[in-house]
Amino acid sequence: MLAARQSKIKLVIYGIGLGLIALAPLFLSDFRLSLLGKFLAYAIIAIGIDLIWGYTGILSLGHGVYFGLGAYCMAMHLKLTSTPNQLPDFMSWSGVSSLPWFWVPFHSALAAFLLALVVPMVVAFILGYFTFRNRIKGAFFSILSQALVIITVTLFVGQQGYTGGTNGLTNFSSFLGLNLQSQSTKLLFFYLTLAVVTIVVILSSLLVTSRLGNILTAIRDGENRVRFIGYNPVTYKVFIYCASAGLAGLAGVLFVLQEGIISPAQMGIVPSIEMVLWVAIGGRSTIGGAVLGALVTNAAKTTFSEAYPAWWPIMLGAMFIVVVLFLPKGIVGTLSHYFKNWKKPDLPASIPTTQEARS
Amino acid sequence: MSLLLLQLFNGFSLSSILLLIAIGLAITFGLMNVMNMAHGEFIMIGAYMAYLVQQLFQKYMPASAFGWYFVISLGVAFVIAFAIGWLLEVALIRFLYGRPLDSLLATWGVSLALQQVARSIFGAPNVAVKAPQWLEGGWHVTADLILPYKRLFIIGLVALCIFIIYMYLYHSAGGRRMRAVMQNRQMAACLGISTRRVDAQSFAFGSAMAGIAGCALSLLGPIGPTIGTYYIVDAFMVVVLGGIGKLIGTVAGALGIGVFNTALEYTTSATLGKVLVFTLIIAFLQWKPMGLVTIRSRSLD
Repeated sequence: MLAARQSKIKLVIYGIGLGLIALAPLFLSDFRLSLLGKFLAYAIIAIGIDLIWGYTGILSLGHGVYFGLGAYCMAMHLKLTSTPNQLPDFMSWSGVSSLPWFWVPFHSALAAFLLALVVPMVVAFILGYFTFRNRIKGAFFSILSQALVIITVTLFVGQQGYTGGTNGLTNFSSFLGLNLQSQSTKLLFFYLTLAVVTIVVILSSLLVTSRLGNILTAIRDGENRVRFIGYNPVTYKVFIYCASAGLAGLAGVLFVLQEGIISPAQMGIVPSIEMVLWVAIGGRSTIGGAVLGALVTNAAKTTFSEAYPAWWPIMLGAMFIVVVLFLPKGIVGTLSHYFKNWKKPDLPASIPTTQEARS
Repeated sequence: MSLLLLQLFNGFSLSSILLLIAIGLAITFGLMNVMNMAHGEFIMIGAYMAYLVQQLFQKYMPASAFGWYFVISLGVAFVIAFAIGWLLEVALIRFLYGRPLDSLLATWGVSLALQQVARSIFGAPNVAVKAPQWLEGGWHVTADLILPYKRLFIIGLVALCIFIIYMYLYHSAGGRRMRAVMQNRQMAACLGISTRRVDAQSFAFGSAMAGIAGCALSLLGPIGPTIGTYYIVDAFMVVVLGGIGKLIGTVAGALGIGVFNTALEYTTSATLGKVLVFTLIIAFLQWKPMGLVTIRSRSLD
């Protein structure tokens, strides 16, 4: 009964939030609107990270790679269509004489879109299957996922002739005949991103309340017990890791369509860890928290770094520390805790999260 | 032949620096289960200490004394990094014990803030440290095999540090306490060891080692606020590859990564070499998920 009421409240809050964002074009400047569109794309990554970190307890510091792979897949298509029937400019500069074989499928927009989802999932499957099968977990997995970032970024920077090197891919003109610079296209992509976010929020909310979601939470709270009961955690962990990588790839597609550039700097160690921070600030183990975190953190980043560029890294660092020490459940988790207990002031201040309880 | 020897020597010299960086991480990770992402910033602190001491020598000391600045800066780097490490442990790390993932995020925040502080003090561009006269040149082993004194000195310095750490860990009361806490914290506490003090000391000690490593790195190239980030992931790979809890594992991990890195970079290219090394490590961990050397235990989460 209570749970049903809570989920109704949640539905109303999600509805109001998404509705407000849908009205944003009415009162935001074009520049701010394109920023918001980008942040919405980030929110999709945040949901993905929340699924594996908040719900399954696996901290991946490599989601920048999946985001980047998705973005590069789409960017390769955009690059090919913006200079039809000739080599992309950076290839001729680097002395590559003919189009490499792995660029060929990207002539088709559909293939590029599908690959943007499939390539991150395949990479995630390979890394996830082997590490989870060998029961590498916790901090060890986090380090391995960082190694993945280093590998990928080094490759992308080093193979300049095939990937555009440090500069990445940019200078796109059109997508499916739409002019990427025009205001109407930008508005279209904004609403497209919002629609995708809505769908992802609904699907992932269904996922985490389902039986599968319960098993994921059980893996987070006591993996060995899950194993003893007779489930194979590897299957579930690999599944959710791949799903999360696919979401990051999807976010990459939407990002590159709006931003018009992707470079290795956007998929490195620093962005990968920042993505985790979005979830931590918004509130892990809540889908709404992931979305809110991505929007709030990035809005704060833009505001602060415009006003005090030198102070932003210190602010960001302080946020990491404050969230971990004082708000382990993030904004949404803390608010909902007080909301639930506001008539019962004598309860202990916080219920320990699983990680605290284990320590 | 001499080219091969030179490559081997370079690999060895890279290994020794990695080892010095990773040893502190291995202690904190093994002892307290804290993933200190700010460890790289202690490298930076050590390197900037070398720069500072050099500046002071150039300004206030006679030119004849300049040769000694590096020895002084090693001491300064050790003391300052030790002090800042202690401060960090008391102010932040002790709240994060047993929460490796949270500690990773919080210390990453510390790392960002420290980098920005360094940027504000010393400026964003890299600064160069001039090596003292007696470290210039090299040892002519044969006509075409010259081993630079700088690298020889670093290898010697690291060997000395490792010897001191070994003596401390395995032949002193303090080291015995440290190992006891590392292997079974509760039991050690029951036997009257102040685990709080051991934690703080070990963390500060590990940080001081990173400071020394930073000092050594200042001999090899320019110093910038982000110098630590270049090494932090490599150092963590050393720890993971070596396994947790034994010094010998870290030594083996550092040697493996350093030599393989140099060899593969030499036979392929700089970027492919790095990619191959990391891929090999991931592949190796499939075979031995807990690293090369581990302490056996029956614990289950």
